[in-house]
Amino acid sequence: MPRLKELGFVIGLVIVGVVFVAAVIGPWLTGHDAFAQNLNARLIPPFWMEGGSSQHWLGTDQLGRDYLTRLLYGARISLFIGILTVITSGIIGTTLGVLGGFYGGRIDDAVLFVITCRLSIPVVLVALAVVGLVGSSLTLVVTTLGLLLWDRFAVVARATTMQIRSLDYVNAAWCSGCSPLDIMRHEILPNISSHLMVVCTLEIALAILLEASLSFLGLGVPPPLPSWGLMIAEGKDYMFFSAWVIMIPGIALFTLVLGMNMVGDGLRRAFGTQVIK
Amino acid sequence: MTAILDVQNLAVRFGPTLAVRNASFTVQKGETHCIVGESGCGKSVTALAIMNLLARNARRDAKSIAFAGQDILAYSDRQMEDVRGNRMAMIFQEPMTSLNPSYTIGSQMTEVLRRHHNTTRDLAEQRAIGLMQRVGITAPQMRLGQYPHQLSGGLRQRVMIAMALMCDPELLIADEPTTALDVTVQAQILRLLAELKQELGLGILLITHDLGIVARVADHVSVMYAGEVIETGRTADLFANPSHPYTRGLIDCVPVPGKIKPGEALGSIPGTVPVMKDGFSGCAFRFRCPQASEICTQAVPRHEVGPNHLVQCHLPSRQGGAQ
Amino acid sequence: MSKTPALTLKDLSCTFHVQGGLFQPARHVRAVDRISVSLEEGGVLGIVGESGCGKTTLARMILGLQNPTSGEAFVHGQRLSELDRRARARLIQPVFQDPFSSLNPKHRIEDIIALPLRAQGSFEPHEIERRTAAILERVGLSTEQGRRLPAELSGGQRQRVAIARALILEPRIVVCDEPTSALDVSVQAQILNLLGELRRDLNLTYVFISHNLAVVEHVASEVMVMYLGRMVEHNTTARLFSEPRHPYTQALLASVLTPEPGLGLPDVGLGDIMPDPANIPSGCRFHPRCLKAQPQCATIEPLTSHPSDHATVECHLF
Repeated sequence: MPRLKELGFVIGLVIVGVVFVAAVIGPWLTGHDAFAQNLNARLIPPFWMEGGSSQHWLGTDQLGRDYLTRLLYGARISLFIGILTVITSGIIGTTLGVLGGFYGGRIDDAVLFVITCRLSIPVVLVALAVVGLVGSSLTLVVTTLGLLLWDRFAVVARATTMQIRSLDYVNAAWCSGCSPLDIMRHEILPNISSHLMVVCTLEIALAILLEASLSFLGLGVPPPLPSWGLMIAEGKDYMFFSAWVIMIPGIALFTLVLGMNMVGDGLRRAFGTQVIK
Repeated sequence: MTAILDVQNLAVRFGPTLAVRNASFTVQKGETHCIVGESGCGKSVTALAIMNLLARNARRDAKSIAFAGQDILAYSDRQMEDVRGNRMAMIFQEPMTSLNPSYTIGSQMTEVLRRHHNTTRDLAEQRAIGLMQRVGITAPQMRLGQYPHQLSGGLRQRVMIAMALMCDPELLIADEPTTALDVTVQAQILRLLAELKQELGLGILLITHDLGIVARVADHVSVMYAGEVIETGRTADLFANPSHPYTRGLIDCVPVPGKIKPGEALGSIPGTVPVMKDGFSGCAFRFRCPQASEICTQAVPRHEVGPNHLVQCHLPSRQGGAQ
Repeated sequence: MSKTPALTLKDLSCTFHVQGGLFQPARHVRAVDRISVSLEEGGVLGIVGESGCGKTTLARMILGLQNPTSGEAFVHGQRLSELDRRARARLIQPVFQDPFSSLNPKHRIEDIIALPLRAQGSFEPHEIERRTAAILERVGLSTEQGRRLPAELSGGQRQRVAIARALILEPRIVVCDEPTSALDVSVQAQILNLLGELRRDLNLTYVFISHNLAVVEHVASEVMVMYLGRMVEHNTTARLFSEPRHPYTQALLASVLTPEPGLGLPDVGLGDIMPDPANIPSGCRFHPRCLKAQPQCATIEPLTSHPSDHATVECHLF
């Protein structure tokens, strides 16, 4: 078993775990509707500030919606986008990488060319263009990011597959009469999965950040959905008098991405020691 | 004869695991002493412990480690650095990993000498060329400017030997120096070591798993099992009269043409080497020994079965009692 | 009339194209050069030679892991290149050198052993289970060990697993590529004994590659000596070891260190020039290292001669 008792990894895991649980059940527990507007109760500050109310722990936004509920709902959207994006990009990248690394030769040349092409595409610009052309929606953000963020999966899958394909257990599988597909699925995938797990966590973090950036620019998740990026964008007009409106989603975003990256680092170290052993 | 290295009751532990327990042996000047054993028996750890090159989590204990009459056990790191590579040199199994790939052979060879002795680059280079000729490297001048990857495995091991001789050591510790080489090259390298021993009066501590090498090059042998020296003696005596059941088993495992007919079963030792932890007592070989009995759980005595031939086993006392 | 040999190699060659660096031309490496040999059923063909002599490439071609550049291999009269992968698996199986890289660390022992059966796709689950249990017992492992992961076994036990995997399809030929060189001496003896027993009980044919000549002499019925891709000598084991003809064979045999004290170290006299498969000398490829080289050796390639029945040697002296 890899040693996972590192402090950084544990902290990261706690952060991600708390955000995950809060995202799943949180919005039902606050007693407010994330979309219900109340123009009489606009911009109520959080409870620890002067004028705060115990009704709205984190206050309300410029339309009088409960900020805590929106924040938790936003966590849901962030994680939803992060996970779905990584599933899409992981499948694309791993398939390409394993094929290239396993077969080598012409197929590998083709895969390398596709990876190079992908690396020369500016992700944010393409995402902006697509969303600008087609109009913004949650599905579109996920699809666009998923189709763009597979490069790291492909690079890692290709490199690790190349290391493994010349090992004797792969040779033994060939001699056992296994088909290439069997070998890729049963001999290679299980042995590169730990590396792919690390990429997964880092890519989820990246996808969450990108979604926030797109939403901030108004080209990601459409209002009134409470994405953290969108919350920051909506709050920026009020930041001089009510700084907490952008502080709260900002801190949430920072913490979640930090936690994700800490989990990734911890996993990498844990699997790294396992490989050396 | 004078002892160049005398190790008494060496013990090395990694946490609760005992890698070496109670190992004692002596290397004489102008003599090759072989430590033989299977993987995990503690033979390499013993070599590192003598050089004080153990990993940080290791703890070394000994009654004494005397090098040329001086106890180096209490030497500081600084004092040890002066001894290591200078009066006591080491060569390893894979020369590629002990040579730095980004420096030329010449600069690595001269650096050893210049670190320990105050010499000019020219003098050091001359000595390097002389030694390379001595170890049978053709065109030494050209080799000085080459990088390790440009040499074959056999040549690299010769470079390592020449480098080890730069400072005129009194003791050479060689840890499996020919395991990574082809058989044809192996014989040449071993011949070279034997010649150097004669010529320079070197003491050689050779660590190997190969009984063939032991029989051909060693003057003295120590057989290690589970961290202990279980039998030690002059090579001829030990092979003529192997007294520990493990030594006998080991010798029977090796196919010798003419001794065993082709296709006939080789002797083998069942089971595997146990991991030694704190609180272990008795003979470590008793789980695999065909002659084990009740008494083997008790502390094992050392017997002298011949001149300079010691064995750590209950058998001689049992047989003595029966007669 | 003679029986069909278990294994026949006809002019088998393999050339690799190694890409040069930025300013270097691509090179051709002739790893295996026109090897012809045949092996009777139940025999053990030992292949010996230094590293880089092409013995592993030859093994990979016999196993179908490497396509020959030219030539053919026949197994029990069938062309190897015409067999599909399942049929090939039923005839030939490998045992590799390093028992740590030859077992998939993520699979349990019983799944590793059953892999060739599963790959056939025609066995019922209970049949797979029955055969796996039987072969585990045959190689001396317990059912409980079968449920473990490779990392929980010792080197010798892992090599037993590799042997079990090789034998579960009841193949005719087993290619052993240095099966004991990663093991300790006491374990090596166990594995050699096991391989010997299995060969007698199941009437197997072995191709046995090793750099350890004492081991080859012990297990093989005939030996072929390879040098830079060529078979320079081939004979029955007894004859090859008692009267080696080729100077290279003589040097190889002289370099064996048997555990007999007092014999001292042999002077092999091969020099330090290691053979480079990318740069094969003209004429007899062994002449730069040969003690008996004559002027013609540097220019004329020696022909294969048959000094006696069932023996070949490739040297101008014969």
